[in-house]
Amino acid sequence: MSTTNVQDAAQDMSQQAETTTAHETAAQSSQAPGSDVAPGGTTITDAPPDVIKMKGRNVDVFYGDKQALFDVDLDIGERQVTALIGPSGCGKSTFLRCLNRMNDTIDIARIEGDITLGEQDIYDPHIDVVELRARVGMIFQKPNPFPKSIFENIAYGPRIHGLADTKTDLEEIVVTSLQKAGLFEEVKDRLDAPGTGLSGGQQQRLCIARAIATSPEVLLMDEPCSALDPIATAKVEELIDELRENFTVVIVTHSMQQAARVSQRTAFFHLGILVEVGATDQIFTNPRDTRTRDYITGRFG
Amino acid sequence: MTDVAASPPAAGAPSQGQGLHTSDAARKRLKARYASEARFKFFGIAAVLTAAFFLVLLLSTIVGQAIPAFNQHYVTIPVDLSQESLDPNNEGEAVLRRVDYDAVVRNGLRSLFPYVESRGDRRTLGGLVSSGSAVRIRQAVLDDPDATIGQTSFAVPLDDVADLYFKGQVSEERFVETTGEASPTGTEGTIQILSTANDFRDLLADVKDFLGEQADEVERELASRERSLERAEIDIVSYRDRMPEEGADRREFFEDQVQILERGINGLNANIRDLTAELADLRARSTAAGADEVLTTELPSILVEINGGVVKASSINATAVEGEVIVPLTTTAAASGGDWSIREVVLPERNRKLDDRSLIYLDQLAAEERVERQFNMIFFSSGASREAELAGIWGAVVGSFFTMIVTLSLAFPLGVAAAIYLEEFAPKNRLTQLIEVNINNLAAVPSIVFGLLGLAVFLNTFGLPRSAPLVGGMVLALMTLPTIIIASRAALRAVPPSIREGALGVGASKLQTVLHHVLPLAMPGILTGTIIGMAQALGETAPLLMIGMVAFIVDIPSTPVDPSTVLPVQIFMWADFPEVLFRQKTSAAILVLLAFLVTMNALAVILRKRFERRW
Repeated sequence: MSTTNVQDAAQDMSQQAETTTAHETAAQSSQAPGSDVAPGGTTITDAPPDVIKMKGRNVDVFYGDKQALFDVDLDIGERQVTALIGPSGCGKSTFLRCLNRMNDTIDIARIEGDITLGEQDIYDPHIDVVELRARVGMIFQKPNPFPKSIFENIAYGPRIHGLADTKTDLEEIVVTSLQKAGLFEEVKDRLDAPGTGLSGGQQQRLCIARAIATSPEVLLMDEPCSALDPIATAKVEELIDELRENFTVVIVTHSMQQAARVSQRTAFFHLGILVEVGATDQIFTNPRDTRTRDYITGRFG
Repeated sequence: MTDVAASPPAAGAPSQGQGLHTSDAARKRLKARYASEARFKFFGIAAVLTAAFFLVLLLSTIVGQAIPAFNQHYVTIPVDLSQESLDPNNEGEAVLRRVDYDAVVRNGLRSLFPYVESRGDRRTLGGLVSSGSAVRIRQAVLDDPDATIGQTSFAVPLDDVADLYFKGQVSEERFVETTGEASPTGTEGTIQILSTANDFRDLLADVKDFLGEQADEVERELASRERSLERAEIDIVSYRDRMPEEGADRREFFEDQVQILERGINGLNANIRDLTAELADLRARSTAAGADEVLTTELPSILVEINGGVVKASSINATAVEGEVIVPLTTTAAASGGDWSIREVVLPERNRKLDDRSLIYLDQLAAEERVERQFNMIFFSSGASREAELAGIWGAVVGSFFTMIVTLSLAFPLGVAAAIYLEEFAPKNRLTQLIEVNINNLAAVPSIVFGLLGLAVFLNTFGLPRSAPLVGGMVLALMTLPTIIIASRAALRAVPPSIREGALGVGASKLQTVLHHVLPLAMPGILTGTIIGMAQALGETAPLLMIGMVAFIVDIPSTPVDPSTVLPVQIFMWADFPEVLFRQKTSAAILVLLAFLVTMNALAVILRKRFERRW
């Protein structure tokens, strides 16, 4: 895939932006946003995914009296990486946490609208949240391995979901998950060592292995590299690219380079509104909304 | 740090810059800051030192008081425990049980003191050993007849006062060097001992000094009586003066008052007369140097040891004493200087528990090497007793143990379950808020209120046994619950949300998340809170008084429903007893309780360190 091209394009864009900053700012202050900017709440959608895995329709999220998401419509394509970008507080993490009902754990959060996984409405009162979370795994911003051994960290999910009948099965799941997460070679001699003793990047890959051990269909990643150094980041990004073969991945990131490198589709959120969504190279080379353009050129956020 | 504070960098340096941070005003501010930091440091150190001083003072007082109680003196007496005398027909336990072991002890003691013949003296002799001696011998015979029957001697504990004598806590004693040749006039009864030198002169002077001190004391008392007299007289005069101005009824009242006062004055006058006479007598005796002095029980005792016997002086002059023979002398031969000795027991006999006779008997036992100092096993192995030397803490320790078991098994599961529900599952509404506030308030409720509750509910409504560790444990569990709940909730709250999210993220249910991940991580905090709550409960007295655990219980409890007492209540009871040994045992029991508390707190620290995990 043309990840490098997209990346280059993004860099080109930012260089270009630097030279034109003064001119554009002047233009913006004098006139209203350009004609191709959608009015607030209406999303510019380009190139819908071939196969839709998850679908959000008219999603509103409230934290108490404060509304955090406004009428979001977003499709997540199967076996591809969807990146959610946008400035802090724009609602991208909120949307991500709606996808496996993680927001349920916040007492004051209230969600309206429909989100489906396949054909199933995940907010259907009859659905079992535990089963949903087994199907939609999650990786967090800060690596959060359990304070147990590496083996136990990964074996925990399969064990509570009854995925392994025998100890051998369980060991196999652990090894496969570690291999898929690219961590097996580094830790194969010390599966009994505490997971918290690993380095930050290893811990995050351990969390990914833990998430894929329950064979989820979708993996949600909430800024998985923000606590990691560039080398660990590179490894995790490489891993995400590989995971695309088997999983549907949704990633929230603050790094536009990362979004450009790992994702096929990108959605840009701003102030609780999904402003624009489309193929990643299109968003980064030819954004149609000025807010998107301003954001990816580093004008704000 | 101190160096910096002592010499601010800008001090004395030429004022180069006049910038915002280098001007004179800035330097002044800097100086003021150093001064306030130094002040703060000083106050901090002073506070710490003050606290440490009082702690050391407290501990050293308790330890100083307690140390004598950890040892006890035993005296080995000859006993007749032969088969023939105990159980001539070999009938076994039934007969062995009925033997008069008091007589065994009594006869054993008497055989050591053949010269003690009068009833009163024999009673004194019998009082030297603990009244529990016979019981101990009986117990030994019944426990292990084969080993005990046939023994010819047995070590029995000394009475508490006798024990204190060997610990040197009865009176100060002084030995006087003898130089002259002393000749006693007899070997028994009342005799005189004449010395060729002035051997008794110093002692006589001592006695005179002592009389002088007594005279001073009488004089002070006299002065205070005289002041009372004066006041009464002034009052009478003032009543009399006001009488004509008052009405008839008031006048009658005044008459009554005057009569009362006059009676009082009569009493005071008689008192003053007596005291004046006593004072004159004491002064005369104390100033008449060299004059003979009669030694009453209000004066220091003087004991003369000569020719293998002991004489208790009843009157003294510079060269001779007259007194009663307590241990008969072997001969009336004259003893040369240094071969006989004089001992002064400074505290007057009337002011001590141990009379001179007992003291002499004990000296004889010690001289025969029959007295032995041992580690005080009785203190650690027996229950309560009215006899100080037989009282121990084991009953209270066992009672405390049962009480703690009941408290722990009720308060820990209930407290942790309540904390988990409130913290993790309960909806946040008015009701849970109300419960929360009430739990926090319960922690501040005075403990005696829980005792009243226990009395009203557990004893009167449920009809549970009084004085039982079961009820004590239930009451203390109520008292400990809020502590455990609050500590557990804090511990649960301290588990980072990332752990919960991680568990939820892999599809664990809420309950699984809490039980598998949150609770294990919160455990050290929960255990710390529990142990601190238990330590509090272990030291609690007031609520247990209300449910009757203050009863005097000799038996060691064997189940949680047997009547018993607990350590702090035992300490409370002993602190009330007047005997010196009980005072010491009070301190010793406090040390034992402190040891338990320190151990429990150390356990809390160790548990926290052991289970603490990083995340």
